[in-house]
Amino acid sequence: MSKNMGQTQNTGSTFLIRVIQWIVRKFSSGRHALRGQTILKIGLVVVFLFILTTGLTQIEGLTPYHPTKYRDAPRLEGPSIRHLMGTDQLKRDVFSRVISGGKASIIVAFGAVALSMSVGAILGWISGFTGGLLDRALSLSMDAIYSFPSMILAITLVAVLGTGIAPMIWSVGFVYIPTYFRVTRAEALQVRETTYVEAVRAVGASDVRIVLRHIAPNTVNAIMAVSSFNLADAILTVAALSFLGFGLPPPAPDWGFDIQNGQKYLQSGSWWLITFPGLMIIALSLGFGLIGEGVSDLVNPKRKRKRV
Amino acid sequence: MSGIARYIVQRLLLTIPMLLILLTFVFLILRVMPGDPVMAMLGGRNISPELIAEYRHKMGVDRPILVQYGEYLFGIFRGDFGESFRTSEPVVKELFLRFPATLELAAFGLLFAGIFGFGSGVIAATRADRPIDHTIRIFHIGSFATPLFWFGLMLQVFLAVKLGWFPVAGRVGGRIAFTFNSITGFYLLDSILSGNTKIMVDVAKHLVLPAITLGFALSGLLGRMSRASMLEVLGEDYVKTARAKGVKERIVIMSHALRNALIPIVTVFGLQFAILMGGAVLTETVFSWPGVASFLVRSIEGRDWPAIQGSIVFIAIFISIINLIVDISYSIIDPRVRY
Repeated sequence: MSKNMGQTQNTGSTFLIRVIQWIVRKFSSGRHALRGQTILKIGLVVVFLFILTTGLTQIEGLTPYHPTKYRDAPRLEGPSIRHLMGTDQLKRDVFSRVISGGKASIIVAFGAVALSMSVGAILGWISGFTGGLLDRALSLSMDAIYSFPSMILAITLVAVLGTGIAPMIWSVGFVYIPTYFRVTRAEALQVRETTYVEAVRAVGASDVRIVLRHIAPNTVNAIMAVSSFNLADAILTVAALSFLGFGLPPPAPDWGFDIQNGQKYLQSGSWWLITFPGLMIIALSLGFGLIGEGVSDLVNPKRKRKRV
Repeated sequence: MSGIARYIVQRLLLTIPMLLILLTFVFLILRVMPGDPVMAMLGGRNISPELIAEYRHKMGVDRPILVQYGEYLFGIFRGDFGESFRTSEPVVKELFLRFPATLELAAFGLLFAGIFGFGSGVIAATRADRPIDHTIRIFHIGSFATPLFWFGLMLQVFLAVKLGWFPVAGRVGGRIAFTFNSITGFYLLDSILSGNTKIMVDVAKHLVLPAITLGFALSGLLGRMSRASMLEVLGEDYVKTARAKGVKERIVIMSHALRNALIPIVTVFGLQFAILMGGAVLTETVFSWPGVASFLVRSIEGRDWPAIQGSIVFIAIFISIINLIVDISYSIIDPRVRY
C-alpha cells in the first residue's frame, strides 16, 4: 500500500516535471525554439504587457486617476488630452478604468483553463486507457456537453453558482472540460496500443504508472496547443458573462461590465464608453490566439509550412 | 431496412441517451441554485411562512426530488415543459412564440457567415500568399478575437445612431408595429406576404445588423476552414488533371474544387450551429430581439425554473435535430459516404 502510494506520488511529480521541462525547453531556453517564431513572440509580448499593466494598475496611484473614487471629470465627454478615452456618466476617467479593468478576465481565464485542463486531461487519460463501459459513458456525457452551446451553458452555470470571480472560474472551466477530454482521450487511445506500453506492462508496471509516465507525457503537446486557443476563447466568454451582469460587482472596473454600462448611453452617441474596453478584450484575446498559432507550429512543424 | 433508414434509426437512438444526460444535468444544476424561485416570485421580505409553503406546494417544489425528476422527464416526453413562474403561461407556448424570431435570426446570420466566410476563404485560397490572402487571414484571426456583443454595439453606435442607416434594435419599427399583423412569426416572410413594400423594407432593415453580428462570429472560423480545405483540394490530382485538360480556371474552382472543399466544412456544421445558438444569446440581448435565447437570459435573471429548464431542453432538442440533419446530409454532398 505504502509502496504503491509512493509510486503514485513519484509518477505524479514526474509528470509535473515533464510539463515544466517542456515549457522551459520550448520557451525560456528559447534561442532555438523561438527563432523565427514571430507570431509566438508577438503573442507572448502582448499577453505579458497585459498581465503587467493589469497587475500594476491594481496598485493605487498608478493610474492617471482613481478608477472608482475619482468623480470630478465632466460628465459623458468624448476623448480629450486630459481624459484620453473620455469620461462616463459618473464623471469617472474611462482610460483609468480600461487599463485596470482586466483583472477578472485574466484571473478567470487562467483559472478556468487550469481547471478544465486538469479535470479534462485526467478523465481523458483514464477513459482512453481503460476503454470499455467507463469510456463509453464518459465519452457520451462529454459529447452531450460539447454539443451544447458553451455560452448558454456558462451563463446557466454562473446563474446557479452566483456572481463573482470564483463562480466564473467554475462555470467557464466546466464548459471547456470536454475539449481537453477529447484531445487527451484520442492521444491515450493511440499510445495505449504502442509496443512500449506493452513492454512496460510486461515488466509489471501498474496502470497508474503507465498512465502518468507513458500516456500523460505524450498528450502534453496537444494540451499545450489547445490551451492557448482556449485562453483566447475564455477571455471572450468572461467578457460576455460580465456584459450580461454576472461578473464583478460594480463599481470595480471591468471591461465587460463597463461595456454594458456604456450601452445605456449608446443612443446619445457616447461611443467611447463601449469602444475602448472592447479593443482591450480584442487585443488580449488576439495575444492568446497568436500564442496558440505559434505553439501549434512548434508542436507540429509540418503545420507551419501550410499554415491555415 | 435500407442503409440510410437504418442509419437514421441508429442516430435517433443515439440521440436519446445524449438528451437524457443533458436533461438530467440541467435538472441537477437548477436544483442546487442558491436563489429561491418562490421568494423571487413573491418578492419583498415580509411574507408569511404559510404563504411561502402554499406557493411551494402549488409549484410542486416541496415534493421529493426524485418525484420532481420523474415528473419533469415525463412532462418533456409529453411536450409539457411546465408553466412559467413569471407569466403563468405554459413554457412551450412562450418558446414557440419566440422560436421563429430566433430561427429567422439564425438563418440570416448563417447566410451572412456562409457567403462572407466561405467566399473570403475561397478568395484567400485561390490567391494564396498574395497581399489579399494575408489581409483576409488577419481579418479571420481578428474575428474570433472579437467579442460578439461588442461588435453588435459598434454597429449600433456607428451605423444606427451616428449614420442612421439602420434601426438600433427590435424587429419592426414602432409605427408599423401597430398595423403589422404577424401570422407565422417569421416577420420577413409575413411582410412579403402582406405585399406592403414599406413594411418589407422596415423589417428587412431591422434584420440586417443582428444578422451581420451573429454571422460575424462564425465567418472567421468558416473562412479559415474554407481556406485550408480549398488549398488542400486545389493540390489534388483531379484539379491538376482538369487544368491540364484546359478547363477554364473559373470552372475548375467552381465545379471541381468547391464541392469537395465543402465536405470537411459540413462535417463540423453541427458544432458551428452550437456556436451560433450561443451567439444568439448575446445578439438577441444587444438588439432586444424577442427570441428564445433572450427569453432564457431573462428567465435566469428572474430565477424562473420551469422557463430556464424548458428553454435549455428546447435548445438541446433543436441542436440534436440539426446534428441529425447534418449527419444525413453528408450523403448528399459526398456520394462516397454509404451507410
